[in-house]
Amino acid sequence: MRNFQITDETSPQLAVACRGLIRDFGDGETQTRVLHGIDLDVRAGEITLLVGPSGCGKTTLISIICGLLEPTAGDIEIFGVNRTSLTGRQLVEFRGRNIGFVFQQYNLIPSLTAAENAAVPLIIAGLPRREAIRRAEQSLAKFGLSQRIHALPSQLSGGQQQRVAIARALVHEPRLLVCDEPTAALDAHSGQTVMELLREVALESNRAVLIVTHDNRVFDFGHRIVHMADGQIEKIEERQILSPASTGPSLVAAH
Amino acid sequence: MNWIAWKMLTGDRAKYLGIVFGVAFGSLLIAHQTSIFVSLMRRTGSQILDVVDAEIWVMDQHTQSIDELWPLQDSDVLNVRGTPGVEWAVRFYKGMVTAKRSDGLYRQAILLGLDDSTLTGAPRTILRGSLADLRQPDAVIIDEAGYEYLFPGEPVELGRTLEMNDHRAVIVGICEASPPFQTFPILYTRYSQATHFAPPQRNIMPFVLAKPELGVDAQEACRRIKARTGLLALTTQQFFWKTIDYYLSSTGIPINFGITVALGFIVGTAIAGQTFYLFTIENLKQFGNLKAMGVTNSRLVGMILLQASIVGVLGFGIGIGGAAAFFEATRDVTHLAGFMMPWQIVALTGAAVTLIVALSSLLSMRKVLVLEPAAVFR
Repeated sequence: MRNFQITDETSPQLAVACRGLIRDFGDGETQTRVLHGIDLDVRAGEITLLVGPSGCGKTTLISIICGLLEPTAGDIEIFGVNRTSLTGRQLVEFRGRNIGFVFQQYNLIPSLTAAENAAVPLIIAGLPRREAIRRAEQSLAKFGLSQRIHALPSQLSGGQQQRVAIARALVHEPRLLVCDEPTAALDAHSGQTVMELLREVALESNRAVLIVTHDNRVFDFGHRIVHMADGQIEKIEERQILSPASTGPSLVAAH
Repeated sequence: MNWIAWKMLTGDRAKYLGIVFGVAFGSLLIAHQTSIFVSLMRRTGSQILDVVDAEIWVMDQHTQSIDELWPLQDSDVLNVRGTPGVEWAVRFYKGMVTAKRSDGLYRQAILLGLDDSTLTGAPRTILRGSLADLRQPDAVIIDEAGYEYLFPGEPVELGRTLEMNDHRAVIVGICEASPPFQTFPILYTRYSQATHFAPPQRNIMPFVLAKPELGVDAQEACRRIKARTGLLALTTQQFFWKTIDYYLSSTGIPINFGITVALGFIVGTAIAGQTFYLFTIENLKQFGNLKAMGVTNSRLVGMILLQASIVGVLGFGIGIGGAAAFFEATRDVTHLAGFMMPWQIVALTGAAVTLIVALSSLLSMRKVLVLEPAAVFR
């Protein structure tokens, strides 16, 4: 396993702090500004929803936060580490260790079983394959997939595939989980299950969960809803969420 | 990560087998056609290499190959013998004759006339009969394949007669001989006997075979023979390659085989390259995903190289195996005797496959390296 130490100088609740983020695409006359000085905080133990119309800059923003894209200007701190100061291998390792990803289309490797897919981040981190798969199986069990560990993605329903993707995103215990439209390809029931899982992940593990979504059915699961438009933050809604033990929001009912 | 690369590669069995097939097809075509070409070229000079007891061939200065002959004068053998540095020199006849069976069936045949006293140039392996029997009147020894051409399906029987140039010839032995360029029987006889079997001509001796004295380099002896007699003198290897050069430059054989080999390479590269490229493109999302999850570019390159190496090794193995199986299966087919796959061809094919695989992976690698990990969100 890699040993990447991060210093936590900021508030323990603050997972991500973006200040004045600007991102341009293209050069010269074709240059387009996609992000216009974004200031955003993402807190640990919360679900932050990033919502807005297509093309408003949501994907660009999360790509920059995750270190998949560099900002044109501005700073990002993730758990106290100035992300923009990390380069090359440092950044790749930081991302691999601290950030988990959940994608709209799950992005599971079709030829790997559920357990093998979930083990990928551990294998990337250098854990021996058997040990990685053993830990992935434990992770899948937590998400109610202990009977499906040997199933290929093609043998799983959309909801099950997304749960495998969440297990994969969390198997190496990252402190920030970034989800891109996690319920978009799911029916209401599966979406409900996935959102409940994500809420548990945020609340029980004190993990920061950042979700990009168009799906207004999931708005009730967000502690904070960040509305974006034209590369800017339009407004931020703060919400009170019930604990997972009590009756939480229902995607099915909302639907 | 190697394990993930392996699983990704073999996950889509149809594509995986398609890539392996492409490489295998290319390997098979390259190895098979190159081997046949090389074997065929070797056949053109096989009678030269079969003469192991002489090191020098003396011939008319305009001779281009062993199959293009101009007779020397009988006195030339004496001139060669008299050249300083030459230990001995003997006459050697090589020509085409028509050998006819008693029932009228006939074949064109290669007649080799050996020096009466030394039998220089005689076959090394006598399968039936004895070399000494060549000293009997009208005696000929025929190569095993030639017997089959002249007496197809009939049991090997010594004492059978042939007619050549109105002369009776008796088969007194069966020998092994390297197959010639064309599927002609090879008949060995004494030089004096060959003068009767060969078509009438004032001079019939196309070659003088010689050996340099101990301590004299064969090439130096050749130079001296040329200086003294004005004839062309070549070492066995020089004459062998001169003959091959003649066939290479004067026939369409190399072009035909060259095109086939090139097609094998191009088709192999096209099938393997395109399928491998498409395979990578289809997995681009997975590679981007891995990149986002923390896999470095160098590890991705390693994964692609591993995948390419696996299909390369498998395809090469199947292709070479197929070519080897062909040559093994046809080993006992008389008219295909001598066709084989030398190790150099295996190495050459290996190099070609490496190139095919390298080109395929380079194309694919570029796509993965320029892939922005942010593409996973699109």
